[in-house]
Amino acid sequence: MDKARPYGALIAGRFRSATAYRASFAVELITNAGGTAVDVSTVFVLFHTAKVVGGFTLGEALMMTGLTASGFVLADLTVGNVDQLKTYVRMGTLDAVLVRPLAVLPQLVIADLPLRKLMRFVVGLAVLIVAIAANDITWTPGKVILLVTAPLAGAVFFGSIFVLSASLAFWWVESGEVGAAFTYGGRDFTSYPITVYGGWFRAIFAYGLGFGFVSYHPALTLLGRADPLGLPAWAGYLSPLVALVAAGIAGLVWRTGVRHYRSTGS
Amino acid sequence: MDGLDASVPTISPYRPLSASVATFGALMWSGFRRYATYRQATLAGSFTNIVFGFLRCYVLLAVAAGAAGGLAGGYDRRQLATFVWVGQGLLNVVGIWGWNDLAERIRTGDIAADLLRPVPPVTAYLAADLGRSGYQMLTRFAPPVIVGALVFPLVAPSRWQTVPLFAASVSLAVIGSFGCRYLVNATAYWLGDARGPLMFWTLGSGVLAGLFFPLRLLPEWLTITLWVATPIPGLLQTPLDVLVERDGPALQAGLVALQAIWAVIMVALASLVQRRAERKLVVQGG
Repeated sequence: MDKARPYGALIAGRFRSATAYRASFAVELITNAGGTAVDVSTVFVLFHTAKVVGGFTLGEALMMTGLTASGFVLADLTVGNVDQLKTYVRMGTLDAVLVRPLAVLPQLVIADLPLRKLMRFVVGLAVLIVAIAANDITWTPGKVILLVTAPLAGAVFFGSIFVLSASLAFWWVESGEVGAAFTYGGRDFTSYPITVYGGWFRAIFAYGLGFGFVSYHPALTLLGRADPLGLPAWAGYLSPLVALVAAGIAGLVWRTGVRHYRSTGS
Repeated sequence: MDGLDASVPTISPYRPLSASVATFGALMWSGFRRYATYRQATLAGSFTNIVFGFLRCYVLLAVAAGAAGGLAGGYDRRQLATFVWVGQGLLNVVGIWGWNDLAERIRTGDIAADLLRPVPPVTAYLAADLGRSGYQMLTRFAPPVIVGALVFPLVAPSRWQTVPLFAASVSLAVIGSFGCRYLVNATAYWLGDARGPLMFWTLGSGVLAGLFFPLRLLPEWLTITLWVATPIPGLLQTPLDVLVERDGPALQAGLVALQAIWAVIMVALASLVQRRAERKLVVQGG
């Protein structure tokens, strides 16, 4: 309990600072709910134009969008703030974090109030529920477990991607927007059936980086559809394994990065 | 207090025009140089533009493949690919996102220094923003367009007037975008902090400017309403529609005219809001 107390104090402090400008904070809350809503409505707009995209109907695609939305938001909610690391490294303010007797990653994670992102999670879950209702799924115990684990595995996977792309700043201070290509880009990639993407681009993102196991393969298994790209049905159950591997790599890179960190010297 | 105000004497009272042109030019150049300092950020940003180009292009092409007649929102495959890749190239030129300089200066109180200068803040920031967009045009426009052209078949303009219209449309998009961003930032005069409005802007502008999908995919009444009633389609959708020749010559020119009207309105609104803010401003900070 004593270990948690400093974190509690930090979170309370962040809460006060985030709500200091009330009107601005209220707009932030509403905007956050709108964020996921816009992503999801993009899917609706595209399927309004074409009934079948990449061989999948709207209902089937929503399963992937829903898994991605809930997994991504969980990750963004918990560790999303780590992408501020580049600012800390550039300004040298990471020093202040390092000298405290607390772990570095949790401090960075709560350096901004994540509660305002909670609204997004509600929207993400709602999409997943709609997707379940829209499809005729023959439930088995395995599928029920998959439905619960897939968003969590997705969250761990996206969280690892957040940490990995933030760690880039340890070696390349001005990495700027590169991280967004994998965090937000990964979210966009996994919001649609991966059959829409072309050859090598799909190979890199889906299998090289592992994004294919976040939503596409679990969704196929839940829907009971064979993979048009030829992977067997059990590939959907690989998502926790892929997430754990990603988390392991992210942890390793993060530790190496923190040791590699040299302050700005100012 | 009669006869006393906060105005500052003109720098060069005998040659006002050439002095203001020189000042505007110097401010533009400073904006250009400021962004030219961050070369690695330019590289990093282009990489991200290219990844998103692939993501959006593949999705839209799959939509076109599944749509009746192979046309999505009236665009064929080549027009869609051009729309996406040139859109990624223009995103930073127009600079819809990521500008919070004014809001930060208001929040910290640094804005007081801007108000003492002999150039009105809207003019000074506009000049710097035009310089910034010039630099982004030289560096950020080409990489996504080149990669897109290498991997996907793009469409080249077939009418002679498309090229000057596109150039005019991009300039108007930059000015319109500046006006919008200035207004969003200026909410900090009243709210103290513009983080919420800036987030709201980031979200709304991306989808309404046609970055996530061409607005023509929406129902027609909604597209027309957005175009006429808001300046946001003028930030990206208009230059892109002009370039891919989505419409006939008359409508193509008409869209640019509409964009020009909105650009003027937005900059005028920004000046108006700035003047109102100056009357009530209590400078923060210490």
